[in-house]
Amino acid sequence: MALKLPHKDVVIIGLGWTGSILANELTDAGLDVIAIERGPWRDTATDFLISYVQDELRYRIQHELFLRPSQISVTFRNNGNQTALPVRSWGAFMLGNGAGGAGVHWNAETWRFLPTDFTLKSHLTQRYGAGFLPQDMTIQDWGITYDQLEPHYDAFEYLCGTSGQAGNLKGAIQTGGNPFEGVRSRPYPTPPMKQGYGHTLFAQAAQELGYKPFPQPSGNLSQSYTNPLGVTLGQCTYCGFCEWFGCANYSKATPQTTVLPVLLRKSNFEARTECEVMRINLDSTGKRATGVTFVDSSGTEFEQPADLVLLCAFQLFNVQLLLMSGIGKLYDPNTGQGQIGRNFSHQTVSGGLGFFDKDKYNFNPFVSAGAIGMCIDEFNGDNFDHGPLGFVGGGYIGQVQTNGRPIETTAVPPDTPAWGPKWKQALRDNYLSTINCGAACHASMYSYRDVYLDLDPTYKDRFGRPLLRMTIDFHDNELKMSAYLTDKYAEILQKMGAKQVVKQPRRGPYDVTAYQTSHLCGGAIMGTNPDNSALNIYLQSWDVPNLFVQGATAFPQNAGYNPTGTVGALAFWSAHAIRTQYLKNPGPLVHA
Amino acid sequence: MRDKKHWPLACVFGTIALCLPLAGADAAGIDSQNFGQVERGHYLTVVGDCAACHTLPGSGHAFAGGRPIETPFGTLFAPNITPDPTTGIGAWTDDEFVNALTKGTGRNGTRLYPAMPYTYYTRLTRDDALAIRSYLNSIPAVDNPVQVDQLPFPFSMRWTLAVWDQLFFTPGTFHPDPNKSAEWNRGAYLAEGPGHCGMCHTPKNFLGADETSQKLQGYALQGWFAPNITDDARRGLGGWSVDDIVAYLKTGHNKTSAATGLMSETLNLSTSKMSDEDLKAIAVYLKDQSAGGNANKTASADPPDQAVMKAGAQIYADECAGCHAADGKGEARLFPSLNGSPVVQQTDPTTILHVVLRGALSVATKPAPTAPAMPQFAWILNDDEVAAVVTYIRNSWGNSAPPVTASQVEKTRQMLLERSD
Amino acid sequence: MLLINRRQLLGSSAIALLLSLQSARAAIIKGGLPWIPGAADPPTRVTPDGWQFFNAQEAAAVEAFVDRLIPADELSPGGKDCGCAVFIDRQLAGPYGRFAGYYMSGPFQEGTKQQGPQSPITPAQHYRKALAALDAACRDKFGGKVFADLNDAQKDEAIGGLEHGTFKLGGTDSQEFFKLILKDTQNGFLADPIYGGNRDLAAWKMIGFPGTHYDYRAWIDRHNQRVTLPAIGIADHPNWSL
Repeated sequence: MALKLPHKDVVIIGLGWTGSILANELTDAGLDVIAIERGPWRDTATDFLISYVQDELRYRIQHELFLRPSQISVTFRNNGNQTALPVRSWGAFMLGNGAGGAGVHWNAETWRFLPTDFTLKSHLTQRYGAGFLPQDMTIQDWGITYDQLEPHYDAFEYLCGTSGQAGNLKGAIQTGGNPFEGVRSRPYPTPPMKQGYGHTLFAQAAQELGYKPFPQPSGNLSQSYTNPLGVTLGQCTYCGFCEWFGCANYSKATPQTTVLPVLLRKSNFEARTECEVMRINLDSTGKRATGVTFVDSSGTEFEQPADLVLLCAFQLFNVQLLLMSGIGKLYDPNTGQGQIGRNFSHQTVSGGLGFFDKDKYNFNPFVSAGAIGMCIDEFNGDNFDHGPLGFVGGGYIGQVQTNGRPIETTAVPPDTPAWGPKWKQALRDNYLSTINCGAACHASMYSYRDVYLDLDPTYKDRFGRPLLRMTIDFHDNELKMSAYLTDKYAEILQKMGAKQVVKQPRRGPYDVTAYQTSHLCGGAIMGTNPDNSALNIYLQSWDVPNLFVQGATAFPQNAGYNPTGTVGALAFWSAHAIRTQYLKNPGPLVHA
Repeated sequence: MRDKKHWPLACVFGTIALCLPLAGADAAGIDSQNFGQVERGHYLTVVGDCAACHTLPGSGHAFAGGRPIETPFGTLFAPNITPDPTTGIGAWTDDEFVNALTKGTGRNGTRLYPAMPYTYYTRLTRDDALAIRSYLNSIPAVDNPVQVDQLPFPFSMRWTLAVWDQLFFTPGTFHPDPNKSAEWNRGAYLAEGPGHCGMCHTPKNFLGADETSQKLQGYALQGWFAPNITDDARRGLGGWSVDDIVAYLKTGHNKTSAATGLMSETLNLSTSKMSDEDLKAIAVYLKDQSAGGNANKTASADPPDQAVMKAGAQIYADECAGCHAADGKGEARLFPSLNGSPVVQQTDPTTILHVVLRGALSVATKPAPTAPAMPQFAWILNDDEVAAVVTYIRNSWGNSAPPVTASQVEKTRQMLLERSD
Repeated sequence: MLLINRRQLLGSSAIALLLSLQSARAAIIKGGLPWIPGAADPPTRVTPDGWQFFNAQEAAAVEAFVDRLIPADELSPGGKDCGCAVFIDRQLAGPYGRFAGYYMSGPFQEGTKQQGPQSPITPAQHYRKALAALDAACRDKFGGKVFADLNDAQKDEAIGGLEHGTFKLGGTDSQEFFKLILKDTQNGFLADPIYGGNRDLAAWKMIGFPGTHYDYRAWIDRHNQRVTLPAIGIADHPNWSL
């Protein structure tokens, strides 16, 4: 029997980026808000201590900050003919845990999607004809435009203090920025980061090849910054222990360093940590959420009644909670009917190794940061003519090497023995003079009919709930695209002066053991009507209008950028709609 | 024992007006319907930080008492000062209230312990005292009996307090100095009376009374060292402008410093809610406080041991520079500057050792909500290493303060182990 | 030195325990950022004495093995002297050895390579079985000698055989074991010395990684220059000596 807690206006599931932003916006609107967070409270000086946070074994190899698969995992198969098996230890993606969510361990690459990414299906159809797209590709338009989202991108960047160089300021192309980006209303709040030798060399080579390199937009700040909430961040010190780690000196934009200090001071906010939401409760009509049921770390069950439920967990768990709460209709890949679980996607990353003459090149790979780097955008989205190429999609290409952590970064030339004196010699001869960038080509993964999420029939979590089942594989379109981008990257590495280049294009099948970003998307996507989406354009559930589902769950397909900028922008967009429309007249904001 | 309050960070009272008794104010001046008077009384309780002692944090009952107050002589419990007639002060006459406040005399003639800082608020005007009474009359009465006096013998013998008063207590309201500006006098009134700065910042003798000859020159208490707040250029506020002081008292932070420890609560409950004019007046007054004979002296004739400084420099580079920067200047609003910092250069290193060993959370205020914190280093730095890096910090970039020894570190480490706050 | 490593929840006014008495960890957080004086959860330094998981024979085999994977030469001491065997021993005695945190519910069934390892055999069990099998296989092949007693050429032959699947171990997949011990050895060699390997920062000095410095602001602009900072680890600070 669940212990019933006092009613709240809003219950938020998950205190990561979106939960923190929404909580702050809605407490500002005067609502009484509670956030239920599965993981522990974490903060800079108590959990990310400068005296031991730079520990590769603990945080990178042994996943200290992450959710444990023993708490909850997922099952995986490449296609419907296989039996899905559980992910017993994380590999392909990492799932955050605790206050701040994935916002704690991210790199802080803070991109905007291209305007055409939001109108993808209509744009590509118009430019190349409907027959150009693969038959089973299920991409669609988002239902909103870049211009609608622009003020909210701006809000997220100014919350984070993002360091970067504008490329398109109010329509005027800016030297040194990304000329392909959508129109931005303001410059970045802080100037770009400084760049290391390898990053700089990449930019020089790219320029010589006729590209327009620009600094990656970064939430590792180039200088100290105080955001509009009055919270101050420090200057990045290029420690090289950024992504996978907590930041010890307040220089990475995270919920802790941007929102939580203000949010926690409010008397109308409270967080419960180490409490896991079991389900969203519905009334007898099934069309109204009454709150959530959660279990604390002792196993005690609580019911938290609320008028408004915000699902702000990680993408996978948003979908799982919808399914376990009986909200919406499960997607059926055979019929294409049903919205929950549909249009699941990840990211197509690839890269390569560039081995340079050790007597001439010293890259000091450990002097780096999570979102440092120089990039080109000539091969992203539809910035280039796909007509002759036979695929759609693309990504940015960059020297975005984030670290020189020895276990992770000790690449040796392909013909080197795996052990013994020659391995040692190769390790020593190449550590400082290799460009080792596994995600140099950070590219899109579009949606397909047979890539989806549902509940596993066999494997259960520690509460006996079915694990979420991923059915995912790469399609030819993505593999062709990856090969093309990787070739382009390799050309730049050659131009930089590498004596040996090893191309590492993405190859199928999708492998759940190989890290390929944590950018899982879709499964309860946004759109213009209940027949093409689970959520309306304000991230409001079509089925349960007092439920909003935040995060990359809503992406109809993934673009060639890191998703967090868009996740943050959508959170502000959704919050704005709740504040200005929903609260005045609770109910569906879009009538189907 | 939760949220223990520490003597002598005790309740004192402030005032809005420049301490000039209003004509006609008398014992009959209380009017709980006089909104202006109630509001003024409210502000005075904020200025005076009354809640710090008389409200038990988390109890939800303002001024209902019960908060333990740690003194060097034992633990006291702050009384209930709500209007409850039996457990609060509802049955007190105005005279009894004013006498308690300004003379340290209890209702039945007993002496109050000087943890109640009547030695400071004796400078209050009767009118201000009555405004406070007026406010306290307007708050909800709470039935909460508090056994105030739980000191061990011989301190349990209250008659001894009369002797203490004889020795150390000079009653009397504040007298403005006609040679100083109105602002200075306002600041003096607030700091010396209601502002109660000396409760923490003035050294004490063995009976807990102020060493008036060393007024505001710093005092170690409750695991911290309340720093020198005279105009001493090195250890005091000499390097701070009036605006720096105002920003600090208002927000807990200025471009070089951050408040932590005991001052956090004072900031939260009191100074951050004071008017800018009052804070500026305090700043003007403090800037005029002579550091006495110790002013701006370099620490000692003997420069620190070079081997210690070398090790300290390495430790600093490895563990400290990532935030406080190689030049010790830190980052405004985030990492306090150690370079030129008075806190770092106090003769008594308790605070810097405390912060290095155990970490510290700086205060959060509305204008400065970040509350950056220092992580602990007790786990990685041994006593010699703490001594080396602290000695280095205290003697680099133009800083100068006595070297810190490993045994001082060891003592502080032990002291902190015994404290849970 | 772990003097202050307590989670004193009651010490903070901004954090309160849930009312449920059994709630050891769940917390209600409100009113400001929680603060716990002295909070830290640092790693415990491994000391090289004794074995916590291996028996003497296993230890001898692993020491011999890691010393061939990472042989002593002019670049660095060997794997044994770098503490790689101690590292593996402590890892196997700890959470890693029992797959702590892994999803370990059944059914366990073979899958595709892309589905990742599905074995219920923990690393500790794997080593125990494989090391016994290794010595047995060596006795068969090398005239009754266990692995540790082979000469270097024989050891390399055995290791190469494991690597390529030509030297079979009874009851366990020799290539899987090779991959496991190679990964663990290299992790120990390259991890922070606080975990027992990379003793005296030998591996980091060898490759030119200066370690756990947190502030490279002075170096980010110094392109193509070798960083001259001394190598340090979490608890390895030869430069601090007084």
